[in-house]
Amino acid sequence: MSEPTYKAGKQPHANEYRLIFRNIDREGWDTSIDTYLNEGGYGELKKALGMEPGQVTNEVKASGLRGRGGAGFPTGVKWTFIPPNNTKPVYLICNADESEPGTFKDRYILHQDPHQLLEGLIIACFAVGAHLAYIYIREEFPEAAQIVEKAISEAKAKGFLGKDIQGSGFDLEVYVHRGAGAYICGEETGLIESLEGKRPYPRIKPPYFPAAMGLYMCPTIVNNVETLCHVKHIVKMGGEEYAKLGTPRNTGTRILCVSGDVRKPGYFEVEVGKITMGQLINDMCGGLKEGRKIKAVIPGGSSAKVLRGDEKYTIGKGDDAKELSLLEIPMDFDTLMACGSMAGSGGVIVIDDSRSISWVLNNINNFYAHESCGQCTPCREGSLWMKKISDRIVAGTASPEDVDTLDSVARNIDGRTICAFGEACSWPTESFVAKFRDELTADTKADLSGTLLNPESKLAAAHLKSQQEAQKTEAKPVAV
Amino acid sequence: MPPAATDEKKPTAETPAVPMVNVQIDGQWYQFPKGTRMIEACRQVGKDVPHYCYHPKLTSPGNCRMCLVEMGMPPRLAPGQEPEKDGEGHQPIQWIPRPAIACANTVAENMGIRTDSELTRGCRHGVMELLLINHPLDCPICDQAGECRLQEFSVEHGTGGSRFREQKVKKPKNVDIGPRIRLDDERCIMCSRCVRFTDEIADDPVLGFTERGSHTVLAVHPGHELANNYSLNTVDICPVGALTSNDFRFQMRVWFLKETKSICTDCGRGCNTLIGSREGRVYRQTPRENNDVNSAWMCDHGRLNFHYLDSELRLSAPLVKDEGVHKESTWPKAIQRAATALKAHGGSEIAVVVSSRMTNEELFMAKRLIDTLGAEHVATVPRAGEPDAYLIAADKNPNTQGARLILGLEGDLAAGLDSVRRGVADGRIKAVVTLQEDLLTPEAGFDAQTLDGLEALVVLHLLANPTAQMASVVLPGAGFAEKRGSMINVTGRLQRLNKATEPFGQSLDDWEILRDLIQAIGGGNGIYLIEDVFKQLAAGVEEFEGLTLSKIGDLGVPLIETGETVPLLERERERIAKGQIVG
Repeated sequence: MSEPTYKAGKQPHANEYRLIFRNIDREGWDTSIDTYLNEGGYGELKKALGMEPGQVTNEVKASGLRGRGGAGFPTGVKWTFIPPNNTKPVYLICNADESEPGTFKDRYILHQDPHQLLEGLIIACFAVGAHLAYIYIREEFPEAAQIVEKAISEAKAKGFLGKDIQGSGFDLEVYVHRGAGAYICGEETGLIESLEGKRPYPRIKPPYFPAAMGLYMCPTIVNNVETLCHVKHIVKMGGEEYAKLGTPRNTGTRILCVSGDVRKPGYFEVEVGKITMGQLINDMCGGLKEGRKIKAVIPGGSSAKVLRGDEKYTIGKGDDAKELSLLEIPMDFDTLMACGSMAGSGGVIVIDDSRSISWVLNNINNFYAHESCGQCTPCREGSLWMKKISDRIVAGTASPEDVDTLDSVARNIDGRTICAFGEACSWPTESFVAKFRDELTADTKADLSGTLLNPESKLAAAHLKSQQEAQKTEAKPVAV
Repeated sequence: MPPAATDEKKPTAETPAVPMVNVQIDGQWYQFPKGTRMIEACRQVGKDVPHYCYHPKLTSPGNCRMCLVEMGMPPRLAPGQEPEKDGEGHQPIQWIPRPAIACANTVAENMGIRTDSELTRGCRHGVMELLLINHPLDCPICDQAGECRLQEFSVEHGTGGSRFREQKVKKPKNVDIGPRIRLDDERCIMCSRCVRFTDEIADDPVLGFTERGSHTVLAVHPGHELANNYSLNTVDICPVGALTSNDFRFQMRVWFLKETKSICTDCGRGCNTLIGSREGRVYRQTPRENNDVNSAWMCDHGRLNFHYLDSELRLSAPLVKDEGVHKESTWPKAIQRAATALKAHGGSEIAVVVSSRMTNEELFMAKRLIDTLGAEHVATVPRAGEPDAYLIAADKNPNTQGARLILGLEGDLAAGLDSVRRGVADGRIKAVVTLQEDLLTPEAGFDAQTLDGLEALVVLHLLANPTAQMASVVLPGAGFAEKRGSMINVTGRLQRLNKATEPFGQSLDDWEILRDLIQAIGGGNGIYLIEDVFKQLAAGVEEFEGLTLSKIGDLGVPLIETGETVPLLERERERIAKGQIVG
């Protein structure tokens, strides 16, 4: 294996640790299996096939790998949720429905390194005993679907898929399933419904935990693209060695996608928790634009709670407690959670002082109102209501009370829905109101309190008024 | 019945032991079988949890979120840690800040449920407000008003106001989705009960949702319509006014309807019903739950088959034929005329055709008439049809079992009828009494020419029909909604009809007509009330021994074994056993 060289202008930053993205933007790299094999590709698969499936799972557990799709749940633990007395077929689904605004890491893996994903996926299937796997690719990635399809046929031709893989006796078929064009298809039970050919209405949990009752009511493991890629590297390094990457409980590397008001937005693979928000924004992304100050950062995809630029965050308890500024926050799961947000899907959205907070919130609310599946009441009705209120805040037709209503609607959604979309759509509003109430209120008008807003009610009120006036003028004494 | 903490269920050979779990509901401890849904546990102890999407006969998608309640579990113990228990053996409850849906979750050991806490109330306020922001609030012109869950729960669990200041979402209205049903998408709260019913019960999954979020609409699949014979059940289970019945919409405000528990007489199933009537007119029939007969459903055909009660053909007074012309008469004169005509014949010359659509009480009186006349020819009109895989029975008569039992008919009923037809045709039979049967229908199979040769033809019926046209005396009887009485369905269950309206015009309850006719022919019989009829029936027919009309109850009693099963109930039991539905 040669040390990779990268295309001009695409060289990784010195702070990066390229594990998953080793081959992204590489000079002379293509998606063919030969290129992959030249670099020792599928070597880890061969290694894994020589192990016991349970041993692979144990390595993944030991690695401390946490899911890279958004929830950050320990991957190895998830794999052990398949009921031990199960007699049904087990399925594995790769969630390639990358849809969270601000997140654009999986697409590069799909487009430029499909065999890495396949290798990780085949190892994972071997570990959990799945003989059928699906790669659910979002509808908006048509090219990725073709690339992955081609990779699957290449892998099959070389005996890495199909019957008796590499003489191990292990069989596996993988199919690409094109997504249905909705954000909610990325929610794992919504995805399963969609894969079954139905509307992607998320299922209630309990009882429908995928590991027990997933695809076709069979045990199903759903893992993110990046997560499955990590499995390959865990097998290569061994779980314990892998766990030395990153920080304790926040192991390995992860890809951060930076967008918004920085000079050089992009993707950066870093050891989890080893770099701070400040290093990411100022060193790796070239800092803010000329003369701008940082106003806020949404650290884990658009559904993560916003962090204020000038806020102090207290981390730890008692004697260990320390105060951090936004730029001092290390980018790991636990610290971001302690700061009141989340690492989520790794989409870091930077907002500078040129942005109107009302506009930013409205933009997010627009997205979630458009993507709410409409199955359960709070999210269906609340997401559009929040959008309509923030529409008016932006338009200057809201009153200060509307900000309170906005917050209260979000709290009537949060924690009361079937799936995590409820939190995804309400957390932005809750956090923006909590942290930028002044700015939102400044965009409202106090003299609009209690006035009629929509054309229908204005019309109805005008009609009532004219009737009342007509009655007054017509009113005459009535003879008894 | 609320399961008391002391209530011990002893397992028997048939019912395997279901372990009981201790559950605290609003501070009180109870025991429930493991697997009980939280919502059902609460209901059993008198703590109703409001809900829209949950229906015990359907799967639970948990989508309306109205049944969210505060829930708690015992604290998670460290390895080796002994649980802390109070004097009654209960552990403390750790309340969970995230509310849980009561419809799909089952109770667990040491679970706590709060149906009236601040969190629970807050959830209900929130969901109610959200459900109404885009709802048209057109209650004054909505057929569901008065029996609308949105109205009911607004009163009980709403805040009485709304903070919504935006424009509502516009959706399709007055959508024709099938021959009997209309859809108002703006009223729909997307509970999916109708979608699940058509899929899970009626095997006709033509309904679904399109669009997303607040713009979601219920629709029928392109090229299809909601036309199956069980479609109107979706109107019943729609908790709001989204689905309305073409037959009933705009006919009557529901709060004016008097509800009478009865049964459907459209086939031998005897689906339990509620008849909705006002001032002598029936406006609708809806199914009434009976888990031994029809679950919670009925077919559209049976449900809508009541309009003949106000048909133009309805007979309003007794008729007597003089010189070939029917004239309105009085009851005493008409009865006398019929008695005289029949008394002129010996028993071997008289045939009585009895309907298996009559109640047991009417059949008993018919039997009395047959005995009084000494009539040697007795037949019923069998109606065999196609059964379906749900509720419709092959027997289209509602009381064939009663007719066999009370009239003592055995063997092939068609052969019995054929023998009467032949007797009339060859002139051996000179007088015919037909009770609630038109003899000139294809099922009865008589022809006008042979009936014309009769010396006496007495017709008791509720409609003017070709046989009545030929009759010397026409006695107007009552329809199914106009009488009390009992019938035996195809599975052998004895069930009760109740009187929703008075008989039309001067027409009388059939048993009273028969009583008067018997009296005119053979003298007093001491029967004044329908209870008297039933008493004599119970004394005379072995199977009825010890029963009274009131003992039958609203849900009926099993009377005889017929070996028939109900396909829909069999499927329902399978689903209950699999835990898919509560049942």
